[in-house]
Formats: sequence, C-alpha cells, structure tokens
Amino acid sequence: MAFINLKEKIIQAKIVYYGPGRCGKTTNLEYIFSQCRGQVQSEMVSVKTDGDRTLFFDFFPFDMGKINEYDVKIQLYTVPGQVKYNSTRRLVLKGVDGLVFVADSASDRRASNVNSLENLQENLALYGRDICSIPLVMQYNKRDLAQQGTEVLELETLEEDLNRRLKAPFFEASAVEGLNIVPTLKKIVSSTMAALEEELR
Amino acid sequence: MLQGGTGTMNLMLGQKELDRIHHSLKKNLIDIGAQSSMLIDTAGNIIAVVNNGSDIRDVYSLAALAAANFGAMNSMAKIVGEDEFSLLFHKGRTENIHLSKVNRDFLLINIFTNQLSLGFLRMKVAEVIKDLLGILVAKKPAN
Repeated sequence: MAFINLKEKIIQAKIVYYGPGRCGKTTNLEYIFSQCRGQVQSEMVSVKTDGDRTLFFDFFPFDMGKINEYDVKIQLYTVPGQVKYNSTRRLVLKGVDGLVFVADSASDRRASNVNSLENLQENLALYGRDICSIPLVMQYNKRDLAQQGTEVLELETLEEDLNRRLKAPFFEASAVEGLNIVPTLKKIVSSTMAALEEELR
Repeated sequence: MLQGGTGTMNLMLGQKELDRIHHSLKKNLIDIGAQSSMLIDTAGNIIAVVNNGSDIRDVYSLAALAAANFGAMNSMAKIVGEDEFSLLFHKGRTENIHLSKVNRDFLLINIFTNQLSLGFLRMKVAEVIKDLLGILVAKKPAN
C-alpha cells in the first residue's frame, strides 16, 4: 500500500515490472526513462551483474502531478527475472501498489512466462496478498520478433496461458521499438491511482 | 498509510507524529553534525528526511537502495545463522553512511562526514530509535 505523507502532502506508490528473465522489463524502464526525462528528477538506478543482467532491481521515481493537493510520486521498479534471484524478487514486491507482468512473446518462452506468473502469485501470498486484488496490466512484449522470422506465440495463446482467470487489461508491445510502452505505463498508473483513491475514501 | 512486514499493517502518521519524528532527528542527529537523517520503511518509502542544508538530491533512490541493502543483509544473516544484523556502516573518503534497523518495518539512515565520530553517532542513534519506537508503536494498530 502506498505511503502517504500528510505533512509534506506526498503520496509514494510502488509499481513493479515482473516477468521471466530477458523478457524486457529493464528495456521497458529504459524506454520510459528516455521518454519522460522531464518528470524524473534523478538518474535511473540499475543494480546489475557483470553480465549486464539485473541483479537487484532497476528503479526511478516519477512525478505524476497532483491528486487532491497531494504530489504523487510513482516509484517504478523491475525485479531480476532469473530463477535464482527469488529472494530479491520477493523483497522488491514488498508494499507493491501496481503490477505490470511482462511476458515474452517468443514461442520457446511459453513455459517461462507461466512459471514466472505462478512465482509472482506465490511471492505475493507470502505478504498475504492476492494478485486479483492488486492493479495489474499484462504486457505481451517482443511482438516485433515475428518480423525477424522468430516464431511468436499467438495473442490467444498468451491470453489463455496467462490472463484467462485474471482478465487484466493487456497490450501487445515491443520495448526495443517503444511500441505500447507508454500506454502500458499510463494504464497501470491510472489503475493504481484509482485503487488508491478508493482505499482513501 | 503504510504496509509493511509479512502481514498487512496499516499505519497512519499524522502531523503531530511526523513533527515529533522530525524534531528527534534534528535534535539528536543533525544538531550534533550529521548531514542528513532519513527514516524509511523496509519497502523503500521515505517517512521523514531532515538535513543540515546540504542537498542530497536523490533521496528516493537512496531510500530504495538502502532498503534493498538491508534486505540483502538480512538474507546474509540467515545464511550465517543470525536472526538479523541490526546495522550497516559504509565508510567513504569523506562521506559515510550508517544504517540502523528501528524495528521490523523501519530503517534509519544517517549520512555524515569524518568530522563526526562514529561512536558518538551510534550513541545518538540509539536514543533516536528509542524515541521513534515510542512514536511508531503507539500508532501501530492491532492486526
């Protein structure tokens, strides 16, 4: 749940990009960071391994303007996707207000997507939280792979595998090309803000 | 409002409590020479920041990294058979960072130069933690 500072009139909300390794979570944040420099007061923080894989998280705070006189600061995080970094993923999920699940459209990543979504639900359960009660947006990334001759999963297959029960809003995207990256962000921010307003009532 | 820990803990700190937190940080830490003192939660949210006029621009990134640092340290503690490590100290050439656990949900970060002795800071941090627990525990609702 977001932290609301009544003295300074600031709301801090946490949005986490989750998904399997190499699905494009960091590329999402890098694209947003490059497009929204005016609303970001700091540098993007990336804690990476030597091999340039996310070790801890990528992070930057993002000014969203005002809601009811309160300055809204969205904190965008990614988690490390590699299976072995589960304790880090769990840590980043603490206090999450909104989730973007980034799925990899490549056909050979089908099982990884499903496993990562199950892992997300298990990790949320450790905090006593249910994925159905947290604002969620699905992003089917790497749709551009089809143009390069790589076999990609049909949209219906991705929806059936990942979103049949959750029925979250979804976007077909390409983080490297910037396709539907900002719309994904706008959707999760608006859902998260609506949920916070509801909770504040 | 704040969620922390493994369960669901909601906490609302009002103007009075935040003023008391600011006062304790300023009196015990900034006034003895610390550059900046921050209370954050273990999810990386900032609850209070007080400084001596020196500008630490990116407090949000600092809070996120400090929370992550503590999380990693807790995991290390478990590997070596400890329940927890309650403080972390990073020594720089001129700037230093001292991180202390307040309780399961909150951390205290202090940035200070070599002109302030670590021992004195630690003594004052212990006093501040006592103050903070008094404020935070009194506000914590029963789960």
